[in-house]
Amino acid sequence: MLTSFMSYLGSQFSPGVAGNQLWALIYILIIFAGVSVAVIAMNWLERKALAHFQVRLGPMRVGPHGLLQPIADALKLLLKEDIIPAEADQVVFWVAPLIGLLAAFTVYTVVPFGPSQAVSDMNIGILFMLGVSSLGVLGIVTAGWASNSHYPLIGALRSSAQMVSYEVAMGLAVVSAILMTSLNESGTGTLSMIGIVQAQQQQGIWFIFKFFPLGLIAFVIFAIAMVAETNRAPFDLAEAESELTAGFHTEYSGLRWSLFMLAEYAAMIAVSSIAVTLWLGGWMHPFPNLLSAPAWEFIFSLFPALTFGGLAAIAFLGAARMPGHSFFKIQRAGLAVFAALLGVLALLLLVVAIAGRHADTSIAARFREGIDYVYWFVLKVAVFMYLFIWYRATWPRYRFDQLMKVGWKVMLPISLGVLIVTAIVGVLVK
Amino acid sequence: MTPEMTPVATPFFFYLLSGLAIIGGVLVITRRNAVHSALALIVTLLAVSGLYLMLYAPFVAGVQIIVYAGGIMVLFLFVIMLVNIERTVKERQFNRIWPAGVLAAAALLGLFVSVYVKGKTLLSDPVTGKPLWPDPTISLPDSSNTQQIGVMLYGNYMFAFEIASLLLLVAILGAVIMAKKRI
Amino acid sequence: MTDPRSLSPLDLETCEKPYLDSNELIINMGPQHPATHGVLRVILKLDGEKVLGTECVIGYLHRGVEKIAENRTYTMFNPYVDRMDYVAAVSNGLGYCQAVEKLLNVEAPPRANYIRVILTELNRIASHQLWLGTHALDIGAMTPLFYTFRDREEILKIFEKYCGARLTTHAFRIGGCQYETYAGFEKDVKNFLAFFPPKIVEYEALLTGNRIWLERTKKVGVISAADAIALGVTGPVLRASGVKWDIRKAQPYANYADFDFEIPTGENGDTFDRYMVRMVEMRQSLRIIEQAVNGIPEGPIMAKVPKVIKPAVGEIYHSIEAPKGELGYFIVSDGSTQPYRLRVRPPSFVNLQALDIMVRGMLVADVVAVIGTLDIVLGEVDR
Repeated sequence: MLTSFMSYLGSQFSPGVAGNQLWALIYILIIFAGVSVAVIAMNWLERKALAHFQVRLGPMRVGPHGLLQPIADALKLLLKEDIIPAEADQVVFWVAPLIGLLAAFTVYTVVPFGPSQAVSDMNIGILFMLGVSSLGVLGIVTAGWASNSHYPLIGALRSSAQMVSYEVAMGLAVVSAILMTSLNESGTGTLSMIGIVQAQQQQGIWFIFKFFPLGLIAFVIFAIAMVAETNRAPFDLAEAESELTAGFHTEYSGLRWSLFMLAEYAAMIAVSSIAVTLWLGGWMHPFPNLLSAPAWEFIFSLFPALTFGGLAAIAFLGAARMPGHSFFKIQRAGLAVFAALLGVLALLLLVVAIAGRHADTSIAARFREGIDYVYWFVLKVAVFMYLFIWYRATWPRYRFDQLMKVGWKVMLPISLGVLIVTAIVGVLVK
Repeated sequence: MTPEMTPVATPFFFYLLSGLAIIGGVLVITRRNAVHSALALIVTLLAVSGLYLMLYAPFVAGVQIIVYAGGIMVLFLFVIMLVNIERTVKERQFNRIWPAGVLAAAALLGLFVSVYVKGKTLLSDPVTGKPLWPDPTISLPDSSNTQQIGVMLYGNYMFAFEIASLLLLVAILGAVIMAKKRI
Repeated sequence: MTDPRSLSPLDLETCEKPYLDSNELIINMGPQHPATHGVLRVILKLDGEKVLGTECVIGYLHRGVEKIAENRTYTMFNPYVDRMDYVAAVSNGLGYCQAVEKLLNVEAPPRANYIRVILTELNRIASHQLWLGTHALDIGAMTPLFYTFRDREEILKIFEKYCGARLTTHAFRIGGCQYETYAGFEKDVKNFLAFFPPKIVEYEALLTGNRIWLERTKKVGVISAADAIALGVTGPVLRASGVKWDIRKAQPYANYADFDFEIPTGENGDTFDRYMVRMVEMRQSLRIIEQAVNGIPEGPIMAKVPKVIKPAVGEIYHSIEAPKGELGYFIVSDGSTQPYRLRVRPPSFVNLQALDIMVRGMLVADVVAVIGTLDIVLGEVDR
């Protein structure tokens, strides 16, 4: 047991490829927990960031600066009465949120947090991700239908038409990125998520900058399509609250409703990680072609510690700036403890970064590498998450026919054109 | 190089997926509610895609999920949802020619069984002389599967492929003309 | 042009049949719905997402204001009008006070008129801010709502300092104003004049040039000038259709004739034009306030009005340009202390009639956009 546990640490492959079921299970658990925590954090962050966009404070009461608000929300949703409308289709109503949730979480099996930091590396990784994430719409459609009510039905119809049409542009944008992976000696590309990042590593360039501006256009197409794919503003027609009250989840409440939210946020993270993998160099740190000297490697490996140190400093500052009134005593203490935890984490990361600074096969070095990979990947995904919030605060909502027009008449021709031009340029370059 | 893939619990997954596919298929034709049928069909399609994976055809499996389960079935549901369920539930499930259907199904089953039995024992490839039934122990190189399909489709079967796409285009145009009030 | 009289808005049977004999969908929007601005209920007949016809069901906020008037003295009824269009209470009060003054043949003194104009125009800005925030929210832009509410607060603070109330102000009395301006009133108003123009720029930065906003508002809810006139639509909705009709200019009341301002008009009568008309109106209101606050004369603020108001037998109709359109009061006096009959011509109620012809053939999402752009307040529709 222990040997099988330890033996994997030195491996170069993801557990799925190495056939190491124990580690695969551990990775699955880590990712499941990590995504759930990320969703909770995202919930807090969205409410907070949105509030600050809108000259509000957002949650402030539950915990210091509302840090415990997501937990309070989750508890509330768990304890809430779970209503199934009498006229609803009981079984489908029950299954619908699970379909969405399963689809959203299954894609994480192939998300490459690092060259070996993934549950598995399928050779059709990107196809698998697109396919399974497209199944999420089934949850929305069935939920809307099973509610047996007009608003959810319209929401479901909107969402199915929207997703099917945006998937086409999305797929073509992905194909143009995959074409770029084949620009090597052997001329064979790859669909594997890890392979795509490794191709960028070999070519020494993120695909967003490849054949400028072709890569950029494809990336922008994907970045727009992924917002539509996840039903977020300005494409949140399926749950447009001013038109359809709550769209497909109008009749849902309590735990089942929270499953939809969980699925939505998990899907957002999933599509963002596709974008990061395909165009933003996945786990690579910035400028991998220029700044690859060992000194630079060391500097970049300090970033995780610096980030957490910065967060700790912000939290300490927040604790220090709290009003002196005795009412805030507990909150201040709580925030200070939180800051201290972040600080300890930062110190640990610093220790690991320094201990593993030599690129050898020692455990510390491998640990340092792994942390770096995951850090850069998660950081890039986090930028997308912030963009999702930013979009929501800034833009009005598209109308259904305009959404279709943008999808079919603008995005599809552009992505087809980019694909063709990429292919031509690729052949010419070779 | 990746290490040798070691299939895990293969028979278990084979029977699980085939069972799911069959149960789903039976549910598709027995459910009175069209949406339930469609959901059962999705289960079948996903199970079949799992079987493709086990046959070292990952590309086909991925396309099966994207195109059928994610695309076509969503459109199916889109249409079915607009149908008045109340009326369809009351309608008769089978019409009078079901014995003919059973007969056809039995004939197909007979064909499958005979091919299986004969293919395993008697038939052989006329050119190479090898048995037509592949050796179960053979493991195909799975990494180049997608590439091979691409070479086949855009090389050997280019003409057929393009004809098929033209046919689809004609069908799309026809549907648009029939559905649109004014072009 | 469709003759609006040929369409009976209250009859869903007149609308066209759904395409391909598909089932039509009848949706009940409201009275509890996020985008109906209160308790409006709209029954929508849909073909897919296309609106075939609508029917407005109103009366969920009916309080019988006109009937109450018959049982109150003229003075006692004054606060009730604040509860009709509660986001523009000052305008309501102005219209009512002036109608009774007309009935009594009393003129408010000049200083009172200046104070009235300043407060009414501030209220117009406040009302337009609320419209802008909720309208943008209906179309999906969340943020302008908070910006407009933040800035509306400055106006409400002035109201609160002046008369003690923020929403239902009851600022004016028959014959003038009850309260002299507080110390620093002019400074507050001038501060607001400096504070607000950059905020309009901020709203416009979020919306005016935004592609999605343009697509959602241009050619949406179009109403032609002829249709608008035939339906009796007034206010910014009428002006956006190209009709230069503003009672402040056409039949000047208070002392609007003294001020120099322009009446913005649109061309296409679509939602975007209505948006632009209101945005320009806010700027024009600032111009009026600036002139008024600089030219405010000294003097009495109350005309000589009898303690017990007992107008002679007769009837009077007086209308003003409320933020939402023509707000008219028709009062019949039988010589007693109470009106024999009081009828309000509310702009929201009349403008709401245009909903049906504005949304026919559009999509569900346009219905909420049009309800927002009509700028209705259900308190005024139902009275």
